[in-house]
Amino acid sequence: MSTIAPVNQPTQPVEPGDGPATTVIKSWKVPIVLGVFTVLGFLLLVVFGRSGTSTMVLSTSSDLIQLPDVLLPTRETGIVVSVLMLAITGVSIWMVQTHRKTPLWLISVFALLLLIGFLAWASADARIPVPGLLFGSLSLAVPLIFGALGGVISERVGVVNVAIEGQLLAGAFTSAIVASVTQQPLLGLVAAMIAGTLVSFVLAAFAIKYFVDQVIVGVVLNVLVTGLTGFLFSQVLAPNAALLNQPPKFERINIPLLSEIPIIGPVFFRQTLIVYIMYIAVAAVYYGIFHTRWGLRLRSVGEHPQAADTVGINVNGTRFWNVSLAGAVAGLGGAYFTLGSVGAFGKEMTAGAGFIALAAVIFGRWDPIRATLAALLFGFASNLQNVLSIIGSPVPSEFMLMLPYLVTIFAVAGLVGQSRGPAASGKPYLKS
Amino acid sequence: MSAAQQPTTTPAAPTPAGPDEPSRWHNVFREITTGNAIISVLAVVLALLVGAVMIAFTNDTVQETAGYFFSRPGDLLNAVWDAVSGAYSALFQGSVYNFRRPSFADGIKPLTETLTYATPLIAAGLGVALGFRVGLFNIGGRGQMLIAATLGGWVAFAVELPAGIHMVAALVAGVIGGALWGGLVGLLKARTGAHEVITTIMLNYVAFYLVSFLLRDGFLKTPGSNNPKSPATKETAVFFDLLGPNYNLHFGFILVIAATVFTWWLLGRSNLGFKFRAVGENPNAARVAGISVSRMYIYAMLLSGGLVGLAGINQVLGTTTSGFGAGIDSGIGFDAITVALLGRSKPWGVFAAGILFGAFKAGSFSMQAAEGVPIDIVLVVQSLIVLFIAAPPLVRAIFRLPAPGAPRRRPVPNVTQEVAAK
Repeated sequence: MSTIAPVNQPTQPVEPGDGPATTVIKSWKVPIVLGVFTVLGFLLLVVFGRSGTSTMVLSTSSDLIQLPDVLLPTRETGIVVSVLMLAITGVSIWMVQTHRKTPLWLISVFALLLLIGFLAWASADARIPVPGLLFGSLSLAVPLIFGALGGVISERVGVVNVAIEGQLLAGAFTSAIVASVTQQPLLGLVAAMIAGTLVSFVLAAFAIKYFVDQVIVGVVLNVLVTGLTGFLFSQVLAPNAALLNQPPKFERINIPLLSEIPIIGPVFFRQTLIVYIMYIAVAAVYYGIFHTRWGLRLRSVGEHPQAADTVGINVNGTRFWNVSLAGAVAGLGGAYFTLGSVGAFGKEMTAGAGFIALAAVIFGRWDPIRATLAALLFGFASNLQNVLSIIGSPVPSEFMLMLPYLVTIFAVAGLVGQSRGPAASGKPYLKS
Repeated sequence: MSAAQQPTTTPAAPTPAGPDEPSRWHNVFREITTGNAIISVLAVVLALLVGAVMIAFTNDTVQETAGYFFSRPGDLLNAVWDAVSGAYSALFQGSVYNFRRPSFADGIKPLTETLTYATPLIAAGLGVALGFRVGLFNIGGRGQMLIAATLGGWVAFAVELPAGIHMVAALVAGVIGGALWGGLVGLLKARTGAHEVITTIMLNYVAFYLVSFLLRDGFLKTPGSNNPKSPATKETAVFFDLLGPNYNLHFGFILVIAATVFTWWLLGRSNLGFKFRAVGENPNAARVAGISVSRMYIYAMLLSGGLVGLAGINQVLGTTTSGFGAGIDSGIGFDAITVALLGRSKPWGVFAAGILFGAFKAGSFSMQAAEGVPIDIVLVVQSLIVLFIAAPPLVRAIFRLPAPGAPRRRPVPNVTQEVAAK
C-alpha cells in the first residue's frame, strides 16, 4: 500500500523519534481516490439527484422476525452521504499530513456510504430487496471464491495458477456427468475435485518436471480444457442429455436458529451444501496457511525454495501436492456451476470466472480472506446489476454491468497499487 | 518468457580427438534429431495423434464395431481409419488444397482462406508477443480489438473521404484506438503499479459493455435498425482484394507482413527494442542500467495495443465489412496468446504460428461440415502442440530421441540464482 521500503525513496521525510520500521511516507493516493469518488458521488447523488422515496426491504416473507422496511428520502440521503464522504476525505487528508496511514476500516466505511447513497439513488420510488441482493451476490461469488482459494494455495507454494478457468470448467463438466449417472450430487462433488486435481497434475508436471513457463502451461491448459469439454459436450453429452447431463441439484439446507437471524440468516444460512463447504474451506485455508506447519512449509517453498531445501523440505514434492490440492479446491467451485446454480453443463459455462478469480487472488494480495472478500465484491457488483435491471434503473444496463470492472480498476490502481506475490512464484526450482 | 527454454542448438562440441570420436554422419544425425525443428514437427504429429484418438473414440461407427471387436476386428480398424482419415483429409482440404475442385485456381482457394484467417491472428499474436518480451502479460486483446474496431469502424462508415485515404484514415484510427486501450494499462502499471493481468481483464469487460452500449444506443447504432450492429463499412475504406474478387484474401495480409518486419526490426535491431528486452529479462538490472522501466511499460503497452488494434481494424475493413457487433473480436484476442506462445514470442515465429492456427481455423469448418467433427477438436490439437513444443524433454522421451549434448543437461534458468543472491 503506501509503505515502501525507505531505500527506494531517499527524499522521504522521516519523523524524528520514529524508528525506521514505522516510517510511513506521505502518499496522497488514498485521499486523491477518495476525493475523486466524493466528487463523483456529489455529482450523481446531489447535482443529478432524484426525488422520491427509496424503500429498502430487509426481511423476506418467510422470516420469523420481521424487520420493518426502511424508507429513505432519496435526495436527502444523497446529501447526507455526500457530506459524510467529504468528511472522511478530509480526515484522510489530515492523516496523510500527519504522516499516518488512512486505516482500512475508514475506507470501508466510505465505500459502504457510497454504496448506500447509490442504492438509494437508483431505487427512487422503488423497493430494493436487500436480503435477495446479498443472497444472489454470495451465490455468484461461490465459484470465484473456490477458484481464488485454489489460486492462493498454488501461488503461495510457488506455482502461478492461470489454469483456474480450466479447473473450474473440468470440475463443472465431470460433476455433471458423474452426478447424472449416479444421481448422487455428492459423488459429483468428489468427481469435480478429481477433475480439478487432474488438470493440476498436468500443470504441476509441466511446470515442475519440465520447467515449462508456468504462465504458458496455465493459458494452454485453459484452451485444452475448453476444447476437450466442448468437443465431448457436442459429441457425447448433447446426444445423450437425459442420461449424462441432468444432474440432480443440491437442496437448500436451512440451518436451525442461525437461519432466523434477520438479514444475515437468509443470506448466509439458507444455502446449499457447497456453500457451507466453502465457509469451511475459507477458514481452513486461512488457518492452514498461516497457523500450521503445513502452511509454514508451503509459504517457505513459495518465498525462498533454496532456504526451504536447506532445512530439509522437499521443494518439488511440496509444490506438486499443493498444486494438486489447489486444483481440487478449484474443481469444487466448478461443481457449483452444474450442481448448485445452473443444473446442467453448457459449453464454456464458466465464462471467464477463472480469470476473475485470478484477479481476486492478486486483488486480495495472495491472502485467502482478502481474496474471498474481493470475490464477494465481484459477486455483489454482478448481482447489483441484476437487481437494478429488475426495478428499472435510470442508468443504461451496460454501464451497470461495467461497474464492477471499473471499480476494480480504480481500487487496484488507487488503493492496492503494487501487489507483490510470493517471491519465488513462477520460478522453477533446480537443486544446484 | 523464452529465457527458460532457450533452444540448445549448440552442436555436439568438437570433442578432443580420441579413439571413440563419432563419425561425421553421426554428428549430422545427432544435430537433426536433437534440433528444434524435429521437436516442432514431432509435437505437431503427437498432437494430431491425440486428436485422432478423440475423433475415433467418439465416432458412432467405431463404437458400433467395437461391440463385436473380437469376432471381426477388421471392422473396427476400418471404422477408425475412415473416421480419422476422413476428418484429417477434410481438415487438409479445407486449409491447403482442395483436390475435388477441377482447376488449380479453385483448388488453391483454401490456402488463401488460411492466410485470411491467419491475418488477425498474426497481428494480435505480435502484440501479445511484444508484451511478453517486456515481461508483460497482455490478456486484453479482446478489449483492444473492440476499441480499435469502434474507432476505426466509425471512421470507416461515418466519414466521407476519397478511396485510399479513407482506408488509411480508418486504419490509423483503429490502431490508435487499440494503442490507447493498451497504453492505459501501461500507464496504470507505470504510475500505480496496478498488475496488468487484472487491468487488461477488467478493461476487456469494460470495452465489451461500452461497445454493446454504443451499438444499442450510441454512435455505432445503425439508424432505423434495432439490431445491435453497426452500419456497413463504406466501399472507400474496405481493404482491396489481393487476388481478385474470387478470393477473400485482402490487403490486411500485406499489412501484417509489414507489421512482422516492423516488430522484428523493433525488437532485434532498434534501441527501444534493446531496452524492451532488457526490462523483460530483468527489470531491476535494467533500472540500474539507467533504463526508465515505467516508461518502457507504457511504450510497450502502446505498441502491443496498437498491434492488437491492427487485428481489430482488420476485422472491420477486411473480413466483416457488412457491419459489426460486439462479438467482432471472435476470440482472437485469446487465441493470440497461444499464437504468441507457440511462436516463442519471436516475430517470425509468431508469423508461422499464426499461419498454422489460421490453417486449423479454416480447415475446422470444412471438417465440421464434411465429417461432423466439432470445431473444438482444433482447440485441443492447438493447445497440445504448444504444450509439447514447450517441453522438448517430454517429446524426446516419447520418441526416444537423444538429448542434446552427451551428458544430459537441463536448461538452467538464471532466476533461481538471482533469488539465491538476495
